Amino acid sequence: MLANAPRLMLVGRRLVQFVPVIVLATFVVFGLLKLVPGDLAATLAGEYATEERIAQIRESYGLNDPFLVQYGRWLWNAMQLDLSRSFQSNEPVLEQIMHRFPTTMLLVVGALLVSLVVGVPLGILAATNAGSRLDVAVTSLSSFGVALPNFWLAMILVATFSLSWGWFPATGAVRFGADPAGAIWHAVLPSIALAAGGIAEVVRQLRSALIEILSSQYVRTLYAKGLSPSAILWKHGLKNVAVTLLTVIGLLASRLLGGAVVIEAVFAIPGMGSMVVRAAIVKDFPVVQGVVFTMVILVIAINLVIDLLYTIVDPRVALK
Amino acid sequence: MSAAVSDAVLPRQPSFFTRLLGAPGAVIGTVVIVVVLGLAAFAPYLAPYDWNATSQCRRLAPLSAEHWFGCDLFGRDIFSRVIYGARFSLAMGLTTVAISLVFGALLGIVIAYGGGKVDRIGARVIDAMLCFPPIILAILIVAVLGVGLVNAALAVGISGIPRFARITRAATLTLVARDFVESARAVGATHTRIVLRHLLPNLAPILIVIATLDLGSAVLFTATLSFLGLGAQPPTPEWGAMLNAGREYVRYAPWTMIFPGLALFLTVMAVNLVGDRLSLILDPRQRDRS
Repeated sequence: MLANAPRLMLVGRRLVQFVPVIVLATFVVFGLLKLVPGDLAATLAGEYATEERIAQIRESYGLNDPFLVQYGRWLWNAMQLDLSRSFQSNEPVLEQIMHRFPTTMLLVVGALLVSLVVGVPLGILAATNAGSRLDVAVTSLSSFGVALPNFWLAMILVATFSLSWGWFPATGAVRFGADPAGAIWHAVLPSIALAAGGIAEVVRQLRSALIEILSSQYVRTLYAKGLSPSAILWKHGLKNVAVTLLTVIGLLASRLLGGAVVIEAVFAIPGMGSMVVRAAIVKDFPVVQGVVFTMVILVIAINLVIDLLYTIVDPRVALK
Repeated sequence: MSAAVSDAVLPRQPSFFTRLLGAPGAVIGTVVIVVVLGLAAFAPYLAPYDWNATSQCRRLAPLSAEHWFGCDLFGRDIFSRVIYGARFSLAMGLTTVAISLVFGALLGIVIAYGGGKVDRIGARVIDAMLCFPPIILAILIVAVLGVGLVNAALAVGISGIPRFARITRAATLTLVARDFVESARAVGATHTRIVLRHLLPNLAPILIVIATLDLGSAVLFTATLSFLGLGAQPPTPEWGAMLNAGREYVRYAPWTMIFPGLALFLTVMAVNLVGDRLSLILDPRQRDRS
């Protein structure tokens, strides 16, 4: 019980620290879109609108208020889960996001799993055989993974596994709630395409962290004590790379979320990514704001969880 | 500090290029980069057809002796278009990295050197900016600026600023605490002088390393935006935009997407290989270890 007190303190401190980050990040989202050249109301009103109509729109969107007032109102509404309405469809943005959120998350979680399931064993294999041919092969493969454009890989996967062999669907997605098996079926190829860079990242980081630990003083002592190499690796080595692994997972979550935008485009997946790209092209600002806001909050939340997990994996963190 | 002493004691180091080309990967990477630069420079002489001339061949015609990489939907020669595409990749990558580097480094130095409240607030701003997945930040910026090649490059460059600022800030903080900065201040050096003469030269190796390591992903990133339709617009022969156009014909004319993608992949791979080697040579910590 006592051990939990510092942890709770840390949670509290982290939560307080995240408040300014959220405020600043949302300020950027809101402020940047205010820099858009031209009169937003005039654009919204259309080409042949009268002066009165433009003034009316300006009034209804609150565009006459000072910038900070507009930002405050937007943030206040966002906190109450009101992300305004799409300029294009006039649908509430939050509703659209909630509709697409599970699809994108399935893709991101799938890619994270593939990255870890493939990356962790490869990273361990490379580190424990550092300098060998196997190590060279694994590290070369991971350099390939870093340089491979994920959208190109996605197209090649579609051409091969969907269109030629018909193993997986080529496009679209199924809602997880409606048909879990179908949803996963649709998410297999996109997840693999998205995971290519993730695997490479996991291998690189895990390999270098494990090599550093395996060549440290205390591991040498363990050898001197007569422990077998496998006992050293499993009991001491891997326990100590857990922190690195957590850091990588946090990093990947953010990157995969960004990567999902691209992969969704290739597979025509109706997720948050395809939504924000289309909105950016047609300048549907409430939608862009809403999706970016959601993604930033997601990244912040993931970082918070990772910070907490640090204290569980490495109790020293909580005491600092 | 001890550079003069160690130079006298150690045997003469091999030249920079000898060391750079000391690994097979770096040699391959350099060759590919030289080829890409050559294609970019001499595209009009090397390309067998006009990159924008339609009806050079049957629509979506497969590979042939006349058209090595086949033809696209408008009967344009893909080989010629891929060659012209070389003009965008490295140029875009270098431009975006330059933007990220210059502004990121400036921000990082100012924040860390300013110290106190400036540093506390600045660090928070950087933290906040790092919460944006880079591609999301880039999309946000494109939404503001509008789609296009130049705007996409700006967006990618700006979205890299927080990353560069954070690394520069950390590096500057350790430098500011060192004796030589303290003594420079003690003898009355101006802030500008301290930053330009004392901090910047010491930061340079780190900055060069992160810039080279970033170049590959910058090339990839700008191509990605074009692929999404946010960057280069058709008929520009940019590899990402070409891949976007080839998307519809993956099944019946895979060559429309295979060759631009391969060119992009090889370029990024080459830049990364050289970057890895360069960072090994330039990174002071790595150098001390070897």
